[in-house]
Amino acid sequence: MIAFLTAVLASGVRTGTSVLFATLGELFTERAGVLNLGVEGMMLMGAMTGFGVTWLTGNPWMGILAAMVVGGMMALLHAFVALVLRAEQVVSGLALTFLGSGLSAVLGSPLVEVRQVDRIPTWPVPFLSQIPVLGPILFDHNFLVYIGFLLVPLCWFWIYRTRQGLELRAIGENPAAADVQGIKVMRQRILYVAFGGVLAGLGGATLSLALTPTWVEGLISGQGWVAVGLVIFAGWDPIRAMFGSYLFGALRRLPIDLQNFARFRANPSLGYFTGMLPYLFTIVALLTVSIGDIGRRWGAPAALGRAYVREDRDA
Amino acid sequence: MTGGTVSGTVPSGRPRLRLEARDQPGLLTHLAVSLLLLVAALFLAGIVMTVAGGNPLDVYRSMFGAGFGSKWGLNDTLVKMVPLTLASLGVALAFRMKMWNIGAEGQLLMGALAASGVALFAVPPDMPQWLALALLAAAGAAGGAVWGIVPGWLRAQFGVNEIISTLMLNYVALSIVQFFVYGPWGERGFGLTPMFERNTWLPRLTEFADQWSALRGLTLHLGILAVPVAIVCLAILLNRTKFGFEIAMVGDNPDAARYAGVRLRRTMIIVMALSGALAGLAGMNEVSGVVHRLLEHISPGYGYTAIIVAWLGRFNPLAVAVVAFLFGGLIVGADEIQSAGISSLLQGVILFVMVSGNLLIRYRIRLRVPETLA
Repeated sequence: MIAFLTAVLASGVRTGTSVLFATLGELFTERAGVLNLGVEGMMLMGAMTGFGVTWLTGNPWMGILAAMVVGGMMALLHAFVALVLRAEQVVSGLALTFLGSGLSAVLGSPLVEVRQVDRIPTWPVPFLSQIPVLGPILFDHNFLVYIGFLLVPLCWFWIYRTRQGLELRAIGENPAAADVQGIKVMRQRILYVAFGGVLAGLGGATLSLALTPTWVEGLISGQGWVAVGLVIFAGWDPIRAMFGSYLFGALRRLPIDLQNFARFRANPSLGYFTGMLPYLFTIVALLTVSIGDIGRRWGAPAALGRAYVREDRDA
Repeated sequence: MTGGTVSGTVPSGRPRLRLEARDQPGLLTHLAVSLLLLVAALFLAGIVMTVAGGNPLDVYRSMFGAGFGSKWGLNDTLVKMVPLTLASLGVALAFRMKMWNIGAEGQLLMGALAASGVALFAVPPDMPQWLALALLAAAGAAGGAVWGIVPGWLRAQFGVNEIISTLMLNYVALSIVQFFVYGPWGERGFGLTPMFERNTWLPRLTEFADQWSALRGLTLHLGILAVPVAIVCLAILLNRTKFGFEIAMVGDNPDAARYAGVRLRRTMIIVMALSGALAGLAGMNEVSGVVHRLLEHISPGYGYTAIIVAWLGRFNPLAVAVVAFLFGGLIVGADEIQSAGISSLLQGVILFVMVSGNLLIRYRIRLRVPETLA
């Protein structure tokens, strides 16, 4: 049993890493007061680009880099349409998702044939990975998982302990007041939206270069949307985002982990139900924060989803 | 957006582009700008196709020919238009009150599942066809409605974000359909159920070829009649009833609506039920009118396309149907060139360009040289 739970948690951490990156990215975007529902599209483009560039260059880190650039560029498109042209942010984000799935399908069609590219290597941390239970869960992974470990506290520090983080929270809560303080609201928002896209691209490439090293149309299968949900679940807090992501990852891998049990192997139709779990989990996660007092304690950024136009300022 | 004019972020003193709100953009402005944007979208998508190694002109020509170029093409386009219109009207209804129901795909699947269950197990082969079809339609609408009520209730009661919940339920619905078609209802593990009895089939035009020979071979089914009915019903509901007025009011300003006595929760749940029911009917149309069985890939993403169609039709029922017709042709065209990717690419680019271009409809762009202060 312990061995099974260890395996579930270890694969949860590994699988959850891709959604963790995307969640952190969306968290910054929303903290800046911008809703970007294009995460799924940006992750798809990141996954396709990462896989394609790795195939072309033979270097998975080049793939990761390219995926981040493409994710950032996609996000800039959203920033332009939603912030500069002031289109409805929900619709612009949806459009970005459609665009990403279409673009990745067309541009990625030659990649479907490619069977194998170099993956991001796995590196068991010396000594630490030998610790029973904790070792396999935390210290026997590919490099991207460790990058995730580092990123979470960095994000936390940035948001809560730096001047930039204070400004970030200000433009998300009260852009007019931030503007009066001399904070460049528009410029910062665009930068954070782009940063969100960079992380979404990284999340997509994590999937296609570390977890399921292939490219197929629609590879992300809703994880971008899960990321948007997890941001709410996390109450816009990076630490909680991490737990949510790993929990999602564990549930996502559960159908495969359960194959170790004879009863599940004998009854494959159970797989359809275990396959629903990560999606139901996301709904339940949203429900728990809505019912509990968590939602009241950590509310959404007050200006989330609203364009800020200096000339329209009320005060 | 409260002010009449807004401007860019360029500091004053230099000539700058100003956006002036048009008072009431006329229909002609709408159409002209939309056409311009469509051309721009086709151009942009063409660039992508060229990069991907195709010839966009050839692609567009064969797609257009397949969708609209012949009697057969139009037939296929209309067949696709039926589920697309129904699902899009459902989405448009929800969007009208800013309920972002992006779960039409799941609602369509659940409608198809429910209608299939009735067709396979509840309809004896000797039941009159009209009754069987009515039962199937009711089941389809109910299946979709349930899948709309759940996120509607979660939103109304607990404030659970409906964008996420409706989308998650799409994947859950797909898993449920897969379970049935590969499991208890399946036939030899091919992911499809046995063929339904004839009395549950929506009649096709070709069945009337004895009276009108021109109809021979046309696969368009009587589900097409649901399109005008749904348009008229929805137009009346939205524009001529108190409930429709309340929906618009909630969409514009939920707080004002609540002070005016609108029961927000009830309205949300009913709207989501109706929205899901329309998508469910779309699913029933597919199983009963097109394939006559349930299969895993019953929908090529109608529910997702419906979101685009609803938005492009500006939530106006008649306009939604027109856009659904065009997008039906797009899907047929994509089938012809055997690339679903091209179809979703075009849909994405068109929506994106239209969303950005919305500015051109709402505002007039003027170059202004600001007067220097005396």
